[in-house]
Amino acid sequence: MQRLRSLLRTFLLTELLAGLWVTLRNLFRSKITVHYPEEKTPQSPRFRGLHALRRYPNGQERCIGCKLCEVVCPALAITIDTAESADGTRRTTRYDIDLFKCIYCGFCEEACPVDAIVETRILEYHMESRGENIMTKERLLAVGERYAAMIAADKAADARYR
Amino acid sequence: MAWLIAQWERVPPELQALIVVALQIVGVLLAVVIAVAFLTLGERKVIGYMQLRYGPNRVTFFGLRLFRGIAQPFADVVKLLLKEIIIPGAASPFLFLLAPLIVMLPALAAWVVIPFAPEFVLADIDAGLLFLLALTSMGVYGIILGGWASNSKYAFLGSMRSAAQMVAYEIAMGFALVGVLMAAGSLNLGAIVRAQEGGLLSWNWFWLFPLFVVYFISALAETNRAPFDVAEGESEIVAGFHVEYSGATFATLFALPEYANMILVSTLCAVLFFGGWLSPVQGYLPDGNWLTVSGFHWLFLKTGVFLFLFLWVRATVPRYRYDQIMRLGWKVLIPVTLVWIAVEAVLAWLRVGPWAA
Repeated sequence: MQRLRSLLRTFLLTELLAGLWVTLRNLFRSKITVHYPEEKTPQSPRFRGLHALRRYPNGQERCIGCKLCEVVCPALAITIDTAESADGTRRTTRYDIDLFKCIYCGFCEEACPVDAIVETRILEYHMESRGENIMTKERLLAVGERYAAMIAADKAADARYR
Repeated sequence: MAWLIAQWERVPPELQALIVVALQIVGVLLAVVIAVAFLTLGERKVIGYMQLRYGPNRVTFFGLRLFRGIAQPFADVVKLLLKEIIIPGAASPFLFLLAPLIVMLPALAAWVVIPFAPEFVLADIDAGLLFLLALTSMGVYGIILGGWASNSKYAFLGSMRSAAQMVAYEIAMGFALVGVLMAAGSLNLGAIVRAQEGGLLSWNWFWLFPLFVVYFISALAETNRAPFDVAEGESEIVAGFHVEYSGATFATLFALPEYANMILVSTLCAVLFFGGWLSPVQGYLPDGNWLTVSGFHWLFLKTGVFLFLFLWVRATVPRYRYDQIMRLGWKVLIPVTLVWIAVEAVLAWLRVGPWAA
């Protein structure tokens, strides 16, 4: 009897029909695709994208050249040189991040005692020639200035979890 | 216009007939090629929708937003034709380039015997079905040759699998067609359609349902479609018989014939089991109703349904294991057809079903 039943099931293609029914149902379900350039998925304030160096509201650079980020960087993507500046404080003369080496882990951001280096939520950037993958200090500061409001808002949104 | 007609009447009648036939052939070929183009789009769309995606939806004609993605097949064709044709160093160049033609020509030539409408068939030959069987089994030579001439292990394995599969399923398919021949009493496809006259239930599928199922499964195998696409088997042998092909040779070896064959076997399914151009409500609704009119549109509709079934099955089932394919072909499908042919013989002897008259 058991054999007969299994034989019948095989020849009536019941399992195939069940499978076809599943795919047919899915044909009419609403699709989960996000039409990327037109639609975007929501981002967290903790999103780790392009790097930026921040300034204090009075225009002074936050970075004090402690090199904690350079040390903590698992991909060795950060290179820092420091020197004494005119006002007697230690400042960076060079702050390079190689975006090709960077793994966007966010450790530099975590390690920074003065919240100078941050990862913004910018993810749509590109390079057009060799060498542009190195984010120099000037470019990092420029990103920080341009998106200062956004970075500050993200930091504020995340502050109560820290 | 009048001048053109006058010129046309001056052409000798033999030449006139020749020109008309040539134009018909070009028309059918063009229709097939365009159908292939849109079938590739349809496949990606249907499978995409079944996987909760949208499929191609970017390329349009001149930015028209009516149906996005509609120009995708043309973009694909342009891309394929512009790509470099690479001939591997170890390959035999003559056979390597001959193989795509051997696959493509039968896939297109088979269309001459298909009756599209009551009065339209390119070659109304009496042994039409035999011609079709002969031509469709020609295609596998191209696949074997292509795999062998590539001088690559994967391609060779793919073509061997394809050959064994073709042999196994050609027999089941042949037997399934024997049932149709017994019902129609003719090898002429037009006659087969006419024998099914009289509405949905007098079509062959009703009395020959097991044969129809066997035919459809063998058709999947014959066209190397999922779940029988071990000849490509990208998870095991990269891309099977067409690994070494690129550009235009890839398009003619693989893309065009595969889809042309899909359309062909779907059309055959409609012609042999679902009454070709006949209307399904013929005999159920009073004559003169527009629904009962037979014509090409019914064949088109039925073929479309079977093509959808092809894509649907591909989106549903995983690939068969190779030994299971052989088992299914030899030990299940062939006995099933033989049993049903015997049943059909008894039915014919007792004069029930389509043999009642």
